[in-house]
Formats: sequence, structure tokens, C-alpha cells
Amino acid sequence: MPGAVWVIAEQWRGGLSEVTYELLALGRQIADDRGAALEAVLLGSGVVGLAESLGLADRVLYADSPAFAEPVGEVGSRALAALATERKPTVVLVPITNVSWDLVGLLPARLGVPLVNFCMDVAAVGDGLEARCLVFGGKMEVRAVPESEPVVIGVLPGARRADAGRSTKRPEVEPVAAPAPETCGVRLLGYEEPEAGDIDITQQEVLVSVGRGLQGQANLDLAEELAELLGGAVSASRPAVDMGWLPMTRQVGKSGMLVKPKLYIALGISGAPEHVEGMKDAALIVAVNTDPGAPIFNVAHYGVAEDLLEFVPVLIDKVKEHKS
Amino acid sequence: MIWAAEAGDPVSRPVFYSLPLWLTITFYVVAVATLVWFFYAVARKIRRYRSGRQDPADRPAWRRLPGALLGVFTNRNVLRDNWYAGLAHLAVFWGFVGLFVATILVLVDNDILHPLLPSWTFMKGDFYLVFSWLADFSGAILVVGLAMFVFRRAVLRPRQLRVEERDDVAFLKPRVVRWEDWAFLVLLLTAGLGGFFLEALRIRATNPSFEGVSFVGWLLSGWLGDTGVTASGADTTFGYLWVFHALSAMALIAFIPTSKAWHMLAGWYSLAVKPARIGDMPPAVPTAGGGYGRLEDLSRGELAILEACIRCGRCHVECPAAEGGFPLSPRDLILALQVSARRLLPGLRPAPGTTATAPALAGEVIPASWLWSCTSCLACDEVCPLGIQHLPLILQMRRDLVARGEVSDRIQDTLTNVMRYGNSLGQSPRNRARWVKELPFEVKDARKEPVEYLWFVGDYASFDPRAQAVTLAAARVFHAAGLDFGILYEAEQNTGTDVRRIGEEGLFEMQRDKNLQALAKAQFRKILTTDPHSYHALTREYGSLNGNGGVPVLHHTEVLAGLLESGRLCIVAPLRGDVTYHDPCYLGRYGRVFDAPRRVLTALGAPLHEMPRNRERAFCCGAGGGRIWMEDVPGVKERPAESRVREAAGLKGVGTLVVACPKDLVMFRDALKTTGLEEVLAVRDIVELVEDAIGATQRSEA
Amino acid sequence: MKTLVLLKMVPDVVEELEVAGDGASLSRDFLRLIINERDENALEQALILKERHQGTVTVVAPDAPEVDDVLYTALARGADRVVKVTGLEEGVGSAEATVTVAAALSSVAGLLPVDLILTGCQAIDDLDGLVGPLVAHQLGLPYVGIVTGLDVHPGGMGRCLREYPGGVRGSFELDLPAVVGIQGAEKPPRYVPIAKVRAAMTSGTIETVAGSPPGALPLRVVEMKKPEVAERAEMIAGGLDDIASRVCEILAGRGLL
Repeated sequence: MPGAVWVIAEQWRGGLSEVTYELLALGRQIADDRGAALEAVLLGSGVVGLAESLGLADRVLYADSPAFAEPVGEVGSRALAALATERKPTVVLVPITNVSWDLVGLLPARLGVPLVNFCMDVAAVGDGLEARCLVFGGKMEVRAVPESEPVVIGVLPGARRADAGRSTKRPEVEPVAAPAPETCGVRLLGYEEPEAGDIDITQQEVLVSVGRGLQGQANLDLAEELAELLGGAVSASRPAVDMGWLPMTRQVGKSGMLVKPKLYIALGISGAPEHVEGMKDAALIVAVNTDPGAPIFNVAHYGVAEDLLEFVPVLIDKVKEHKS
Repeated sequence: MIWAAEAGDPVSRPVFYSLPLWLTITFYVVAVATLVWFFYAVARKIRRYRSGRQDPADRPAWRRLPGALLGVFTNRNVLRDNWYAGLAHLAVFWGFVGLFVATILVLVDNDILHPLLPSWTFMKGDFYLVFSWLADFSGAILVVGLAMFVFRRAVLRPRQLRVEERDDVAFLKPRVVRWEDWAFLVLLLTAGLGGFFLEALRIRATNPSFEGVSFVGWLLSGWLGDTGVTASGADTTFGYLWVFHALSAMALIAFIPTSKAWHMLAGWYSLAVKPARIGDMPPAVPTAGGGYGRLEDLSRGELAILEACIRCGRCHVECPAAEGGFPLSPRDLILALQVSARRLLPGLRPAPGTTATAPALAGEVIPASWLWSCTSCLACDEVCPLGIQHLPLILQMRRDLVARGEVSDRIQDTLTNVMRYGNSLGQSPRNRARWVKELPFEVKDARKEPVEYLWFVGDYASFDPRAQAVTLAAARVFHAAGLDFGILYEAEQNTGTDVRRIGEEGLFEMQRDKNLQALAKAQFRKILTTDPHSYHALTREYGSLNGNGGVPVLHHTEVLAGLLESGRLCIVAPLRGDVTYHDPCYLGRYGRVFDAPRRVLTALGAPLHEMPRNRERAFCCGAGGGRIWMEDVPGVKERPAESRVREAAGLKGVGTLVVACPKDLVMFRDALKTTGLEEVLAVRDIVELVEDAIGATQRSEA
Repeated sequence: MKTLVLLKMVPDVVEELEVAGDGASLSRDFLRLIINERDENALEQALILKERHQGTVTVVAPDAPEVDDVLYTALARGADRVVKVTGLEEGVGSAEATVTVAAALSSVAGLLPVDLILTGCQAIDDLDGLVGPLVAHQLGLPYVGIVTGLDVHPGGMGRCLREYPGGVRGSFELDLPAVVGIQGAEKPPRYVPIAKVRAAMTSGTIETVAGSPPGALPLRVVEMKKPEVAERAEMIAGGLDDIASRVCEILAGRGLL
């Protein structure tokens, strides 16, 4: 039997991330295809209860230490590398999220093994693996084969449905002693929460989201008028927040919020993977972008290849007409 | 009382009539002190100017001096835009000149000739009579002109004269400005009226019959008599009034070098060095950033010209930024520079500011927000009656901001786009000529085959979807006319003329060189462009292009006018509906192409109504000088494009605003939406109207 | 304070990317390389720290087309020394360059030791390796990524903010020297006028170091293609009015109006 397939379970602030289940579903498939065991690895402090929900795995390796209370890549990578050296898994799946990102780079470096990054699917081919990855900001897809195993695979959110990763089965939980470094050069002092008091975009049924194509804060009125007409709020992609047009609380995507509104109107958003990750589950997505080749049209249900500054005023008029 | 008049011709007038000796001596002491002060103040000024940069452009072009003098003597610049203020100024100007000459004549006669040849005077006989009449006439028009000014300032109160309090500059004090404005008028008026009353008292006291030529004094003296002033009473009052008059005249002299009155001298200089052609980019100067980082980076001439400003406010009301509520006012800019130069530059003694670290010119003395508000429309430089060139100063200061990296994110994005992709929109250069695919015919590649007209399309016309529609229409019209034309395809690049006005000279040079290289590889006889900004670059900023045998560069309105008038394009369906035409800044004020578009509209049979602001006075759409890439600032009342479409919509019966610039098209179409005038007015490029009028089916053989 | 900035060139996705004849790499025909945006942020952050605490900034980059322009621009911005690592096959993909640059750091005189190594926390071509973590591991230094703010306190301690989901930021303390993966600098990268870059081109020099690329790559790309989209948006075309009406219909149909 080949070495196990590992899924690094992501726990942050007392809970498991959805992406963990997505990875379990993917890992299950790989493990089954090559007749290997699927093991979930959970680092944490006093959160053994979380391991119970990882039933799709054959076994959960749980390392309990106050050092693992917060997901700090520098700490986690050392512990995981030591554990992997001992247990010799062949495939290690790490989620590409802001929580786990540091592991994606550090773990293969510590182990001296290949990394396959930006992966959206993995298939067992013969004795080996073949990964499908999205590169160049989602503009190209590659099929890539790691030349050796073990291999660390960075998996993009959305590789599988999270539901497919849940199981009512109680997994076997094995406490393991992963070494927690006594001193670490990187110490988490605390979290800074986003400024409260603003609208919670995760609670909105309609979001009008703006990106770089808005061209300037002065044009924000357009989006706000549309959002108000539709009974929703304005959210934004990273560039719009970075340029200071909207506060960080309005950011949708990897570093921002995950939203699932009934309607998501993307205005001037190109659709980088980091953004799509945060809004792909909206019930209805309408995208407006001048570039008909923009990746946002790959996730949108309806697309309008027009300049938003031209189109939105017309749309506002039509909506008003419709309402009266 | 003995009259100082001596024997000889009785037709004469005594100087220091009835004054005691001590008062005469005092007068001379005060006069000398005033003159000392005057020359001290002037010397201090010159010392201050001399802390500026030496620049050959500061030397007046003697060839143009007669024209400049004519301008000064006719006051034509002042009369041009405002007949009321112009006439008032003309009256004050000639009145002042007349009295000045009269005073000099008296001075020569009494203080130079008289001491040398006590028995000799030319102030007698017919000469004296003519002199008296002219002096009275001068005084009369001076007083009338001043009264008109006072009436305007106190009653009419046009908003161009209002200088508002501003919290973003330290050196502009409206109260000081107002005080000085009134002081100048009052001093002049006091001098004029004082002179008349003095004359009247003298006539009342001596009553010589020949003094009827001093018609104002004569009438006043009669009136004094009627009100009961006796000859001896007049005689007594005269002394006091004389002292008062002398003091007020001295005050006026002392006032001149420290106030806007100085324009009467600085203005001559300003007009004499005003460039023959306005709107040229000022050359980079040998400073760290190539622009103006300190006050001392201004040329000596520019420092002097700052003080030519009379704050008539014409630039203030013509400026699209100031009108729209943007932070910039060209007048306030000049005033702030003027005052800060007085405060910060060393006079004869070191200025208090020089010991501390001098503030940065761009960004501190002048707020960056002012500089970025400018659309480079050139209206201020065009309208200034004193020939002050505001725009070069703004551009030099912008250069310094860019050199220090102090640009907004959007400008930075734009500059990076131009650098990286050769267009300001950040699009792939491969897509520049994608629009040609929508045409039913081939557009020649001028890099591969010779063409008669090389069509330089420009960024917006190539990439912006709205402007593209016009570009396609232009292509169809050129094709219909059988024009042999081609384009440079991907080799064409942003001309750099607008990034140059942002202050990025290096990037301009890079773009110029790329375009010149592309042009050098193409074979063509003339250049045609649909973009006024490219027109400006190609005609005025790509030196070697025009030096090299002088390739003619034509704007499409010029080509269309020729095609229509020669019959190569035939009108099938004359235009219906009245139109108005907007002069693009870079075609009109910069390029002086005013008639060609109007000839086109006439040929199309379109009844043309002019907007109140037309031709040289056309109001900018707000896109120039890189403004199209910048964000609006808080506090904007009305964007320039909105003001302009309202102006067009205000013309009775006009349904179409005709433009000849891709940026205008984009700006005005946006403005129609924001003003809700879409139902009232349409914005169309002139070439679209031509296409309508020649009919879609027309195809002539090439 | 001595800071090292690692930067590299990545394909500009403004240009339509095309697959080369081998079906497994990018076509070079219209390929434009630009500086990795996050690396540019790392350079800016390094320059901000230099202005605040004095010191030097050295930039190291793998050789690539147009990299000279980027390095001269770095000099014009305020970097003190720029080094180019050559010997790489011209191409994209990060493992080779990453390993080569990481190895070169120890071989170039005077590069190490440093107080800080800054680099972008990610690049769009990081398919098979991330330079920050690799360098950190090789040099035995601590690493933290997705950093948006960084300062150095007296006593050699670093403080930084790292992004977590939902707008939450973790505040970290760092022992120096350390490697930091930068997401964003405190402020956007400064503009440097062309004239200054030109001056840097005449007065500055790019040091060249021959790198020794690894023989075998850990990952083999067998195919590259434009992503197939299972379900692409239904594009609504026509006049603005028609499109807007259609959008309204769709929204109304779902009870959203």
C-alpha cells in the first residue's frame, strides 16, 4: 500500500474552514484511486472535538499543543515537516487560503519536495499524479506532473464541493506528538478586527460590487444608487479597496469576505481567482466589464461587455421605470 | 498777498502761487523723500527679480515692440473682452498720461529752466492755453474713468473682481487685496479732483479771463463763486488744499512700487516679452526636477511679470477649473506667487523666510490641488490683457511634482500605461487598430505601402468604444471621398503631449521618439489626424517632423472642408436641424483652426448658432492637461463639460452640439447624462454629420 | 539597516496570452514581461524602511527580458545596489529561477548577512515554488507572508501585519533577520519619472552574477491551454437600452425587482 494522502485541516478561531471539507473530498478520491489511506492532520489546542467532523478521512492525526492554537505558518510548517518525515505521506494537500498560505511555501521547502501550486484538481495517473492548475491569474490552465513523491499540493478553494467532504462517520483520531518549536522567530501578538459599524456585506441579499473599472471614487455614486434601488449594498474587489474607494469591510474575496447573496452585480471587476473565490456561490451573478474576455464572465451567469460608466446610468433608469 | 507770477506775458500761471517759503521747502523735502522711497522700493524689487533664474526668453523681441506699444496705447487688450472696463481704463490711461506729461512740463519749466534762465518760460501764450486745455481734458477723462471704475466696483460688483478668502494658501489675503484695490482708485481720484479744485480756487482768486480754456477749473470756479466762496477765501483755502494735493500726489508715487499700480510699468514689460505664439511647452530648466521647485526657479522676467497682474479677474472667469469650483484660479495663482515672492525672496535686506528652510513651491506655496486642477485649456493666457502666461508656470510646477513622485494613483497608472503599452488606457497595443475589422474595406498599412495621407488616429479614437464609432465614420467618409489614406496600426503610440502637460517630460520624449521612428518608416505626403491633441503634438511638438521638409499636418475638419468645397464629397441630404459648434482647445486656441469646421458646417447646409463662448473664448470640456485621467475633487460645483452642454442647450432651436475631438465627444456625452439633457441635445462629431449628409451609398472612385 | 529585495518578472496578462507550439509553455511572440506587482510593493516597503531608519536596499532578480529596465528603475527609486542572476533559460515558471536566486544569495559577496529580506508573497507564475519560504528555509530565517505593513523597532525586532480572511489582520512580532512575503506596502509604489530612470541608466550599474540552475525540475508541465469554461456567462448584446431592459427582465423574473 502506498503512503497516505494527507489533508491539512485548517482551523482558525475555533472552527474548521469550509475548504477543509473540499480538500477531504479531493483527497478521498486520490486515496481511493491509488488505494491509499486518507489522513487528515489537525494542529490545534484543545480542539479535539473538531476532529470528529473529519469523518471522510480514514484517520485524523491530531497534535494538541498551546503552540498550535493559532495557525502560524512558521510553527505549523516545522511541526508538519517533522510529522511527515516520520509518517511518510506521499501526497500532502494544503488549502490556498490566507490562513494556510505560508504553509504552501514553507512545507515543501522544509521537506525538500516538489510543490504543485494553484491546483484545482488532481488525478491519479498510473503510479503518479497529474494536477490541473490555474496560472497567470486564471488566464491559463496547465496539466502538470510532479517528478517525485512525496509532493505538496496547494489546492485552490472550490476544487470540490464542501458537502462531498462531510461524513457522519466518526473517524479514528490518533493523538500525535508533533514537535512545537520552543522559540519561534514569528510570534502572533493578536488580531486587529476590521472597523465595526459598517454594513455587513455577508448579510446582504443584493450586492453591487465595484472594481478597478469604476475608475474613481467619484463614480461610486452610480453603484450606490443602483444598490439602493435594488435594496442592497456596495461591495468591492481588492483594487477598489486598496485605492481607498471603500473600506476593507466591503472587500469580497480571499482577504475579504465570502458572500452568497441572491444577486451579485460585478461592475468593472476582471475576476481574478482571489475575488471569484469570495463570490462564486452567489445565486445570480451579472457581470459588466468592457473586456469580453475577462475571467469574470466565466463565473457570471449573465455578462454585459460594456463600459460600466455608460451602462449603469441606463440600467438605473430602466430599473426605476420598472419599479414605477 | 503777492502772486508769484512775474512780469511778462499775462497769459501764464504762477507755480507755488501764494505759498510761504517754509511750505515750499517742505514740499521739496517731502518730494525728495518720496522719490528716494520710490527708487528704494524699485531697487528692492529689482533685487528680488534678480534672485530668479536667468533666461534668454526674458529679453524682449525688439521686432515685436511696435505691436506691443500699439497694444499699450490703444488699450486694445483691455477693450477686447469688456467694453465698459476697457473704456474706463482707456480714459484713466490717457488721462494719467496727459497729466503725467503736464506735470513733467511744469517740472521742466519751473524747476529746471527757471533756475537757469529766470526770465524764460514756455508756459505762456498760446502754448499755455493749449497746455491748459489738454491738462484739463486729461484730468476730466481721468476722473470720469475712475468714476466708472468706482461705480463698477461699488455698485455693479462683477464677480470677477471678487477675491475670496482661501484656507489652502498662506499668502493670499483678500482684505489686503481689497484695501489696495480701493486705495489705488482713491489715490488717483484724490489727485485728479484735488488738481481741479486747486485750479478752481486759483482761478477764483485771480480770475484771469483767458483761463476759460481750463474748462473744468473754470466751471468749478464759477460754481465756487455761486456757492459764495470769495476770492480771498479761495486764496486762503488754496494753501491748505495745495498741501493736501501735494501730499496725495506723493502718496500715489510712493504707492506705485508697492502695489498693483506697478502694473503701469511691469505691464509694458510683460507685453513686450509675451510670446508671439502662446501655448508652447516651456522648456525644462536646469533644476533637480527640470521644473520649478522653488520661487528662485522662476525666471527673472517671470518674477517681474507676476507684478503686472492688475487682478481684473478675466482669467478667473474664463478658467474652467475656477468656474467649476475646482481649487485653481489662475488669478489667485498669480496673486499667491506675487505675494510669496515678496515675502520669501530676499529684497535689499535678507528676507525673513530665507533663514528657515524655504517651503517647496509646488505643493506648499502653491497647493498641489491647484496645479492638478488645470486643464491646460489656455483660456487664461489667451484672455490676460497684460499678456501674463499662467500655464507655463503651472506646467513647470507640475514637472517638479512629478519629479518628486507626488502624483495621484490614477495619474501614476496612466503614466505607467503609456510607458508600458503606448496608450493611456492600459490596453494591449495589439488592439489599437482592431476597429478596422468592422469596416467593409481594407485600411492601408502605411508602414507597408505608400499613402497620400497618413492618418494619425490617437488613443481615445482608437480604444474608446464611443470614440471608435466616430473613427469608423471618419474612415468611411475618407473612403467615400476616394482619399488615399493609411494608418500606422500597432506602431502608432500615444503622442505624449498630454503626459507632457502632466509634467512627465521624459515620457513625452520617449513617446515622441517612438512615433517619429514609426513615421520615418512610413511613406506618406501629408498627415491627417482626427485628434486635436495629436494635431498639436504633430504640428508643434515633434520638431524634426516639421523641420524635415515640413510635412503638412491637417486636422480632419480642414481636410473635410477641402473635400466638400472641391466637390469630392457631394451633399446628398443637407442637414436638417440647427447646430452649434464647440472649438476644441487644442484645435482652436492652440492651433488657431477656427474656420475650417465652420466651413464644413456651412457646406453641409447646417444653420450654425454660436455659443456665447466661442472661438478664442471657447469653454474647455475639462479633459485636457491630463484631467481626463484624474478624479474630481470634493467641492466641484459643475464640471466644465456640464457647463458647456448647458450653454449649448440654452441656444434656442439647437439640437446638436458638434465636436471635432474624441475627448470632447466622451466628456460631453457623459455630461448629457449627468445634466439630464439627453433629450434636448445630441453630441456628434463633425465627421458623423458629413457622413449623414453625403449619404451612406456614395462611393467615388479613388 | 540592510535590506534585500527579491523581485522577478512575470507575464503581463493585459496582453492576450498564447500557448507556444510545444503546447506546454507560453508563446513568446507577444509576451510582455512586467515586474511582479507584489515584488514591486516589497521594494516600496523596503524603500520606506530605508527612509525611516537609514541603511541600504539591495535588489536581486533573475535575468529576464526587460529586467534591466526594472532594475534601473529600482536604482532611480532609491535602491543602492542591483544584482542580476544570469544563466537561466529564458522562460517562465518559478522553480528554476527561485532555486537559482536562492542559491546565488550566498555566493555573491556582500549580499549577506542582512536584516530583512523582502519579496512578494506570491506571483501569478508561482506554479512550483515560492521564493520567500525557500530562501527563509535555506538561510534558517523565520518567514511570514501576506504582509501589508512592516516596521522595525529599536532592538532589532520587526512588527508586521498579516492578512487573514474577513478583513482581519494578525499583528506579528518578528526576530530579525527574517524573510517577509509582502502583499502590499504602506503606500502604493512611488512614481519615478523617466528622466531619473535615464540618469540611473547612465550612472548606475547592474551587477551580473552567473547562477547555476538546478539540473532537473520537480514539476513537468505536460500541457498548457486556455481554461475551458464549463458554463460561460450568457452575454447580453445590443444597444445599452436593450441590454438594460433585458437585465431588468432577468432580475424581475427572479423576483429581485
